Amino acid sequence: MQAYRRIEMTVGAFVIVGLLAISWLAIKVGQVGGLGESGYSLIANFDDAGGVRKGSDVMMAGVVIGRIDSVKLTNNDHATMMLRINQDVKITEDAFASVRTKGIIGDRYIRITQGMEDENLEAGGEIEETESAINIEDLISKYIFSGKE
Amino acid sequence: MSELTMKQSGLATFLGRLGRSTLRGCEQLGDATMLGLHALSLIFSKPWQGKHFIIQLYALGVGSLAIIVITGAFTGMVLALQGYYTLAKFGSESLLGAGVGMSIIRELGPVLGAFMIIGRAGSSITAEIGIMRVTEQTDALEMMAVNPKRRILLPRIVAVILAVPLLVAIFDVVGIGTGYIVGVELLGVNPGAYMAELVAKISMHDIYGGWVKSVVFGFLIGMICTYMGYRAVPTTEGVAQATTQAVVISSVCVLIIDYILTSFFL
Amino acid sequence: MIRAEKLSKRFGDVAALSPTDVHIQSGAITAIMGGSGSGKTTLLRLLAGLEKPSTGHIWYGDEDLCTISDKRLYQIRESMGMLFQYSALLNSLNVYDNVAFPLHEHTDLDEAVIRTMVSMKLEQVGLRGFEHLMPSELSGGMAKRVAFARAIAMDPKIVFFDEPTSGLDPISAGVISTLIKDTSTKNRMTSIVVTHDVPAGLSIADHIILLWQGRIIAEGSPDEIRHSTDERVQQFLEGRPDGPIPFSRSTTSYIDDLTHKPGTVRLES
Repeated sequence: MQAYRRIEMTVGAFVIVGLLAISWLAIKVGQVGGLGESGYSLIANFDDAGGVRKGSDVMMAGVVIGRIDSVKLTNNDHATMMLRINQDVKITEDAFASVRTKGIIGDRYIRITQGMEDENLEAGGEIEETESAINIEDLISKYIFSGKE
Repeated sequence: MSELTMKQSGLATFLGRLGRSTLRGCEQLGDATMLGLHALSLIFSKPWQGKHFIIQLYALGVGSLAIIVITGAFTGMVLALQGYYTLAKFGSESLLGAGVGMSIIRELGPVLGAFMIIGRAGSSITAEIGIMRVTEQTDALEMMAVNPKRRILLPRIVAVILAVPLLVAIFDVVGIGTGYIVGVELLGVNPGAYMAELVAKISMHDIYGGWVKSVVFGFLIGMICTYMGYRAVPTTEGVAQATTQAVVISSVCVLIIDYILTSFFL
Repeated sequence: MIRAEKLSKRFGDVAALSPTDVHIQSGAITAIMGGSGSGKTTLLRLLAGLEKPSTGHIWYGDEDLCTISDKRLYQIRESMGMLFQYSALLNSLNVYDNVAFPLHEHTDLDEAVIRTMVSMKLEQVGLRGFEHLMPSELSGGMAKRVAFARAIAMDPKIVFFDEPTSGLDPISAGVISTLIKDTSTKNRMTSIVVTHDVPAGLSIADHIILLWQGRIIAEGSPDEIRHSTDERVQQFLEGRPDGPIPFSRSTTSYIDDLTHKPGTVRLES
């Protein structure tokens, strides 16, 4: 039954190709296990998360250095975010995290600006200095209503 | 001898026919479900049909590979072409990768892929099974103590359920790839942007949605096409009719279920 | 022994077989004969378990086909064989694989042993050496012989034959009839043959059941049938086109049908 052996091999090859395609989609596009468990965690608290979500980018100097693992409401009044940062990126203790928008109406992301200190944050550390989202509507209404005075 | 004949009004005839068709449709749906589930249940008992499953996976899966690759390739290329000119109006050409990727992964891959598989594999399943019925080969199997539902139907259903997700994934990759070629090489979209936006805008949620659709479609195609073949009227026209009907019914069901699944996932 | 009680089968409104009792003797050749539409194929399929009866029971020894489990039915079938009207060979397999099919499916025999057995069966039907041909390359007569070899591959106790000589030239028909007679006798098989080939039926059968319109109208040994006083039996045996079984199947008056269409000339009666 040599014909059958050839069929078996072809089917095997087909299944492998299919699974490779599935894995490529999952890993490359869906970023399953992309940053995954590598990298280290940092915490940051914000008055206003501004719509930043799990999976949003964390950028420094315009480069993606990590992503948001979770955004939670704490004490019913402010947002706590878990940031997952690339292993080889060091962030100073007095670094500054702010909620920014890509473009004017684009995606939200967390922008980290380095501070001056020598000490770097350890895994589990907290970025103390945070600035919340700049809300366009607030700005505009402030502008409009200030004119009324 | 004269006869008293009453001509039934047009409306009454129409309604009568509609009612009968609906009842027959319900009967067939029940029959199809019972047959399909019975065939599938045989997967849990011996003798296992591993060898025949592999043969079917070759005939249906590998057999559909060419048409899937071709369709995927051209779909990706057309999407890139159309998408580019639309996005260019808003200055958002860099989003081309995301546009092509999302359309393919969420909709076109599963649905167009399913259509191609229906045409290539589904119709051959119905025709093959129908012809085996006409030539009494299924009866011969019965008399040789081989359950035709186990030997003929089951391997095909399982092969289709497995083949569709694999083929759709290949469709997706090919489509995104040719979209890249057209977008980046031909139309000048930034190569980095194409892939980056693609990755950024598409989430696992979208990809899961595509997978679930392809598995469900595979299940539908397998059940419908084997049923139509098995219950075909045992004549040559019967088989021909069953084959075309199988293709039509499978395609319509795919579209309906596609809408339902899409609404779940969004 | 196969026994059927009050067996009947309806397809929708059509009564293919009216309630009948049938006895099939073991080790003998029983021919079920009759004109087209007499119900003989239906009876065969019922006895073989391919159709479920509308009423009645079919006893194989002390087991009722209608109530046994699927698994048991398949077990019983392993000692059965069937030769179909159009051979029903599996198209995707060659002659060897077709004949060896039941052996491959139900036995663990070594391939060499199976090869020997297939050769023996093919030799019995006179087709040794044709193993590599595909069914599409066979003539009707050859296909029937291959199907015969397949039917007896497992040396079954009971074999069903559905119109074994139909569509065959006189020589091939003679070959098949001889094969049925010789193999049945040699292997002490219970053979049930459906046929409308009168000479063949009379020459090979030990017992004949004659059906008409779903009912048994005559039963007995070939001699008894030949000397039957029933006019219908004689008409069937001699192949007369008209007699108690009328030539015209129409049920309405000829005059009425002719004059019913508008615009035709009305006949003077």
